[in-house]
Amino acid sequence: MQAIGLSFIDWVIIFIYFAFVIGIGWYLRRFTKSQEDFFLAGRKNSSWVAGIAFLSANLGALELLGMTGNTFKYGMYVAHFYWIGAIPAMLFLGIYMMPFYYSSKINSIPGYLKLRFDEKTRVLNGIAFALMTLLVSGINLYAMALVLHTFLGWNWDVSMWASALTVAVYVGLSGLMSAIFTEIIQFFLIWFGLFLISILGIIEIGSLHEIIARINQYSAQTSFTTLWSTSSNPMQNGMFIHWGGIVLGLGFVLSFGYWTTDFLVIQRAFSAKDLRSARMTPILASFFKMALPFIVIVAGLIAIALSNDPKSGFSLLRDGGQINYDSALPLLIARYYPSGLVGLGVTALLAGFMAGQAGNVSAFNTVWTYDIYKAVLNRKATDAHLLWMGRVSTLVGVGISLITAYWAKSFPSIMDYMQAIFSWVNAPLFATMLLGMFVWWITPNGAFWGLVTGMASSFTLYLAVKFAWINESVITLSSVRSDMATNFWRAWWAWLICAVVTVVISLITKRKSKEELVGLVKGLTKENHDQTVPFIKKPEFFALISLIILIILNIIFW
Amino acid sequence: MLENKMKPIWFFVGLILLVMGGIILLNGIYLLFNPSERVTALSETHPDIWWGALMAVFGGLMYFKTRKQSV
Repeated sequence: MQAIGLSFIDWVIIFIYFAFVIGIGWYLRRFTKSQEDFFLAGRKNSSWVAGIAFLSANLGALELLGMTGNTFKYGMYVAHFYWIGAIPAMLFLGIYMMPFYYSSKINSIPGYLKLRFDEKTRVLNGIAFALMTLLVSGINLYAMALVLHTFLGWNWDVSMWASALTVAVYVGLSGLMSAIFTEIIQFFLIWFGLFLISILGIIEIGSLHEIIARINQYSAQTSFTTLWSTSSNPMQNGMFIHWGGIVLGLGFVLSFGYWTTDFLVIQRAFSAKDLRSARMTPILASFFKMALPFIVIVAGLIAIALSNDPKSGFSLLRDGGQINYDSALPLLIARYYPSGLVGLGVTALLAGFMAGQAGNVSAFNTVWTYDIYKAVLNRKATDAHLLWMGRVSTLVGVGISLITAYWAKSFPSIMDYMQAIFSWVNAPLFATMLLGMFVWWITPNGAFWGLVTGMASSFTLYLAVKFAWINESVITLSSVRSDMATNFWRAWWAWLICAVVTVVISLITKRKSKEELVGLVKGLTKENHDQTVPFIKKPEFFALISLIILIILNIIFW
Repeated sequence: MLENKMKPIWFFVGLILLVMGGIILLNGIYLLFNPSERVTALSETHPDIWWGALMAVFGGLMYFKTRKQSV
């Protein structure tokens, strides 16, 4: 069933977007002369540019559709992904970790592992990250074609090839800089293209208070409109989760694992012009991240309120009897947007898909070129050769993404596996990073075997639950079944196993000397940045403001 | 001769918002006098006109403020 019909003027808006991003890639090509220009955008961006790109690299269309749909399914608990599940980690990155990342002049996260530990840990993480990035990129491409086919009736092949080729052209021409430019354009298009849904929904229903009151009326037993007050009993909240799972699994491991170690987002901070701008990057991004629930969560709540009101005529699509939760946002676009605005809303989603694709490809080409190709295959590669390799790996990366997308099309259950991929790679890596950056006696062998064990345990736990080798309650410590709760808890166990193995092996293996670790480990490094800057201009001050807003939002929606 | 200085990203953001907002605004004004057969919720508030205008003004301000800047 097709949800949205496009008029001529909508097509004009979409065409302008495609022409614009290709034009930007072409324009920026003349400024891309060295490998640093291509892979790190010349390290000359302000904290505003890097900060918005940092956030936008994470803000794909799948997230917008998925989180609006998840709000319909789980209620306001989904806001935890934007607040406790993101902000503390982003602030921690800016305040404590960025000085070590940025000052060591590395080109990638695996590059830090090489300096702090050794080459084998770097290559292990580089390969895991490159594989994860290409898989995610391909699955995103498939998901994009699925969405465009379902809601707009577009042809699968045309959707996938058109967006993949566009991304290949503009990333291939000017690398990270054009990826960052298009991510910032995407950020504004998403706000202008989708925030209007929340405004019109609130106007139609009356107020945000009225939306919440109506939802509470429909679901007296389970709360869909609170954040914490029903979290002590999983039966009372829409996500069926205990606050321990939210705090340990999402707020600590998954959130810190993603925001402080995932090169896809951190690469944007590396493009900043100086250390202060790099530290401000995730801190500025945190303010915009906190605002996103006013698009996705409010839209999801509007969809719940409308679908429970028979007079509204609003209901989600169904696929074979199952509710298609991802249809909430497209159906709201169709409900409220006249022609022209429909084109803008669809362009916002397309921009989200393509910017996500470009983010994956630009992170892949950097890790491949520096951490696999130059580290293992061609140690003597020149600057010009690496720039060439960056362009070639961009095209190869897009090609592999297309193959993965067609594979996913013929094997749809792969989507299930993708749900867990971040906890395979990022959760254990966060334990390695945290220990490596803050404990000097963690050894290269401890880090390597901790990572191997952590990744293997996360994967094994995933398979054990999926194929019922063990009861899910062993992991979640709860008798209530919830996929989201299982994801959170599995991440926690993978992190803990990696941390314990890393510490134990470090106690019995050879340490690096303290002199080798200066600039890489807290406590061994003199931290004298921003000493002459007044407190109200320091990153710490902005982080404090962000934290206060976070606390206020949690209290308001407690 | 090619320019050596790069236009800031805000120039491009302003330009695309100005162009898209302008098109949506003009289309909204056209629909005001030639209503579409497809009726949307709250169509009487003409969101395309005021939202398109807001986009065009926001984009226009960014565009004109940054058109002579370079980084």
